[in-house]
Amino acid sequence: MKIIISNQSELPIYAQIREQLKEQILNGQIPEGETLPSIRQLAKELGVSVITTTRAYSELEAEGFIATMQGKGSVVLSRDNNLLREQYLLRIEEGLSTAIETAKTIGMSKGELTDIFHNLLET
Amino acid sequence: MELLEVKNLSKHYKSFDLKNISFALPKGYIMGYVGANGSGKTTTLNLITGMLKCTEGEVYIDGLSCGEDMRAYKEKIGYVGDESYFPEHYKIRHIRSVLKDFYPTFSTDRFNGFIRKWKLPEKKPVKDFSRGMKVMLMFASVLARDTKLLVLDEATNGLDPVMRTEVLKLLQEYVMDGEKSVIFSTHILSDLENIADYIYFIHGGRTVLYDAKDELIENFLLVKGESAKIPPALKRELIGVEENAYGFEAVLPSDKAELLGNAFLFEKPTIDQIVIHYIKSREEQ
Repeated sequence: MKIIISNQSELPIYAQIREQLKEQILNGQIPEGETLPSIRQLAKELGVSVITTTRAYSELEAEGFIATMQGKGSVVLSRDNNLLREQYLLRIEEGLSTAIETAKTIGMSKGELTDIFHNLLET
Repeated sequence: MELLEVKNLSKHYKSFDLKNISFALPKGYIMGYVGANGSGKTTTLNLITGMLKCTEGEVYIDGLSCGEDMRAYKEKIGYVGDESYFPEHYKIRHIRSVLKDFYPTFSTDRFNGFIRKWKLPEKKPVKDFSRGMKVMLMFASVLARDTKLLVLDEATNGLDPVMRTEVLKLLQEYVMDGEKSVIFSTHILSDLENIADYIYFIHGGRTVLYDAKDELIENFLLVKGESAKIPPALKRELIGVEENAYGFEAVLPSDKAELLGNAFLFEKPTIDQIVIHYIKSREEQ
């Protein structure tokens, strides 16, 4: 587990922690079933406030990346988990939306766009 | 569960009033009490520790009121000020024996451990200690006891960066078990900003802002740009506009961000920047 906090970043510190953990869970660097350090432990290690790490963890929990159990700490959930699938779905939708927006700016027709899509799928 | 509760705390002096200070600090959290010199920080902390008699309003530490059992109340507090409160001719052994007699929970072993760890000179009287050594000696004396609340009044002033880092770690370790809390006052947060959970900001004895630090930072933007380009609608919302020959800098509530358009540069502020611009706006009124 790696976390690098930047005070220059426009992203708030809790979001930097959340995003970096999320990335490492998604690419498997932090495996399923792994127990994360406690909120207070992480705050002390990073030299940030407890409220900051609490927020990072509770958002990861809300997004289905981790589960916090009383007395057991926060555990990384399986990537087969539905909520995680939603995360991927969201990323796919974002990517496609960008493509659609770009197509609109040059006035491309629906047919042309779906042709590109199908062609790309087959390559 | 609150560790420190302050309700409508006020104090009247001929030339200065502290008015209606209220906040609650839960167990296991750190609060930064900030403001300019003379804003009432020390008065508030002295009322909390019982060094000043609390005549208007209430203070509770771990459920104990400052009016009830003063001895039990003071047992719960560890205080570090900006000046050493040890007699100047005392050496460490004198201080150790006084603390041992005075405080039932004082642990000689723990005290000696800190003295060794921070390499404090056993043979010299306190008057020959450096500023940093005096501060660390105060920390050793309070951390050797079982306290619930650390009250630090400008304690990190004049410490070098290495020692400040050491103090930051100490404070985080102190609240680690989630049972104890810290309130520290300072006129400049800088590195202390990162570890503070809550910020209470006073000016002229009155509350200006009080919130979780992360919320405060999100609620404001630091705006910079050319003074001539500020439209009137934006001008009304900018707080503490600081102008120089080439442009201005001010703070803006984040919910007014749509007034900015794209003529201005804006970024995430530090707490110090929010404080500076607020003080400027208060002084213009």
